[in-house]
Amino acid sequence: MHVTSPVRTPLVTGGKTYADVTEDICKQVEGKPTREWTIAFVISFVVLIYGTCCVFWTWWEGLGVWGLNKTVGWAWDITNFVWWVGIGHAGTLISAILLLFRMKYRTSINRAAEAMTIFAVLCAASFILMHMGRPWLAYWALPLPNAFGSLWVNFNSPLVWDVFAISTYFTVSLVFWYMGLVPDLATIRDRATSKVSRYIYGAFSLGWNGGAKTWARYEYISLILAGISTPLVLSVHTIVSMDFATSVIPGWHTTIFPPYFVAGAIFSGFAMVQNLMLITRVVFKLEDYITFEHIESMNKIITLTGSIVGVAYITEFFIAWYSGVEYERYAFLNRMLGPYWWAYWAMMTCNVISPQLFWSRKIRRSVTWTFVLSVIVNIGMWFERFVIIVTSLHRDYLPSSWAMFSPTMFDIGDYIFSFGLFFTLFLLFAKFLPVINMFEVKAIIRSASEKLPKSVSGVAKGESVTSPTFNKNVE
Amino acid sequence: MSHHNDSAKFLVGVYDDDEVVLKAVTEVKSAGVRIHEVYTPFPIHGLDVALGHPRTRIGIAAFLFGLTGFLTMVSLTYYTMGYDWPMIIGGKDNYAYPAYIPVMFELTVLFTALGMVGTFLVSNGLGPTVKPLMFDLRSTDNKFVMAIDLSKNKQSEVEIASVLRASGAAEVNVKQF
Repeated sequence: MHVTSPVRTPLVTGGKTYADVTEDICKQVEGKPTREWTIAFVISFVVLIYGTCCVFWTWWEGLGVWGLNKTVGWAWDITNFVWWVGIGHAGTLISAILLLFRMKYRTSINRAAEAMTIFAVLCAASFILMHMGRPWLAYWALPLPNAFGSLWVNFNSPLVWDVFAISTYFTVSLVFWYMGLVPDLATIRDRATSKVSRYIYGAFSLGWNGGAKTWARYEYISLILAGISTPLVLSVHTIVSMDFATSVIPGWHTTIFPPYFVAGAIFSGFAMVQNLMLITRVVFKLEDYITFEHIESMNKIITLTGSIVGVAYITEFFIAWYSGVEYERYAFLNRMLGPYWWAYWAMMTCNVISPQLFWSRKIRRSVTWTFVLSVIVNIGMWFERFVIIVTSLHRDYLPSSWAMFSPTMFDIGDYIFSFGLFFTLFLLFAKFLPVINMFEVKAIIRSASEKLPKSVSGVAKGESVTSPTFNKNVE
Repeated sequence: MSHHNDSAKFLVGVYDDDEVVLKAVTEVKSAGVRIHEVYTPFPIHGLDVALGHPRTRIGIAAFLFGLTGFLTMVSLTYYTMGYDWPMIIGGKDNYAYPAYIPVMFELTVLFTALGMVGTFLVSNGLGPTVKPLMFDLRSTDNKFVMAIDLSKNKQSEVEIASVLRASGAAEVNVKQF
């Protein structure tokens, strides 16, 4: 039924059968936690507790514990917010946009990438709550009537758009991810040996039985969810960029921001997916599912989006000069040569130069290079947001109010909190839910397996597999 | 599917391969046997068409939910910005609708997603307390399972079993609920 050219490189190696897929993925859920997992979980949890204390103190004492001053009123909080939202974008890109493009390689990575999206958006939202200072009044951002003592929210403001964008994005991503999980949860339910897990996975699998009519509707809603998530994900970072672009601050007031932010978001998100997947594939022994083809395909997207980001940086500079506005020119020269030059050049090196190394096939198929460069990309993307936010603010129109920003232990501690939250949630996900979408992998295995057996489920385990010899240079 | 009475008796054909089960549906139907449903571990394209299931209309529901979301935000922005407490911002109209397009879009997407998924769950009878009617537990793993309701077919159990075997079923079992 799946017609695939024999010159395509296989997406799943090792001659897996349908039963092998179930076994390989469910093993992680059903077995006892591994030592590596336990150690990683304990570390993440300790980090989360430390971070929670810092966040609690930030709220208890007030935002004065941060390094903000009257000139730099946004710094690490919004930097971290934009950084995490950006990371989240890759999950939606993989699950929605690659689905619309019928990219089959997404099937091995979409589950974990979507989980990453949800956890990253939670981390981002936590910075919104933190920077409010009084999080118990967060509901004031909702359009509530005057009885609460305030006017209606101003729908002209991108900050209000952001409230709607982030909450919609979180909800829709969660629904999309959960709907994707339901058939796989049913698989775990039907294999479960203990009463507790049969009950829990039974409840979460919603009574799924995989009937043809249900599947037909399921495929239909998946397609529509992908169709609406695609413009949604583009709108989210567009709106985040408008938080800056609609202001009149030199360095922020830039029409290039929406596409530039979206490209940067996908860029950093794919780097985070690489980091998570490279670890998961080794710890959970999923090398047959997350192959060098997957790593290479993602690296190509990193190179593409990294190049878009690079072009955007240069365009911004050109326009700052070409505009003839002296404040605009100064803002950009100050970024490059001012007191924050090191942040600017860290950003340029990490984001513009390092992804270009992936033009080498050897580097983009190397696990070590990919891991290291992905970390570098995410460091670079953090600095990008820091540069945009802090260097545009710290020297404004009045030289008498020029100031520098330096983080306190609470700026750092609140950032550490988000790492603790992110990795704790990701590890819980990796242990208790199938990290690879089993049913989607099964659906592509016939066209994607190294061997094209007449009956996939009939192939015995460990049977010798001949790999195609002509697939090396064909994409 | 709770409408089945206790005496419902099914013949269950278990297939090993998705392509075989897809062909088997046509063969079993042409032998005059009515198929209750086919259960598979992953979606098989064309299976619903082969079984004669009508095309889903859930897209219409999704559109209507989206429209509801859109109109909700049009009304809310109009009420708050244009009617209840109008303000002149930047010298523009009170109801400066281009600035409200982002929130209108977001609510359209939110309502579409939640409404459509809710409709999907209701129309398929899915929910946290639902006990699924499983004809064979392996149908969520690696087997493709065709269920035949004996009470809805004239042929004998033996006749139907041989049709199933001839169509490529590796096993034929009896399941009573």
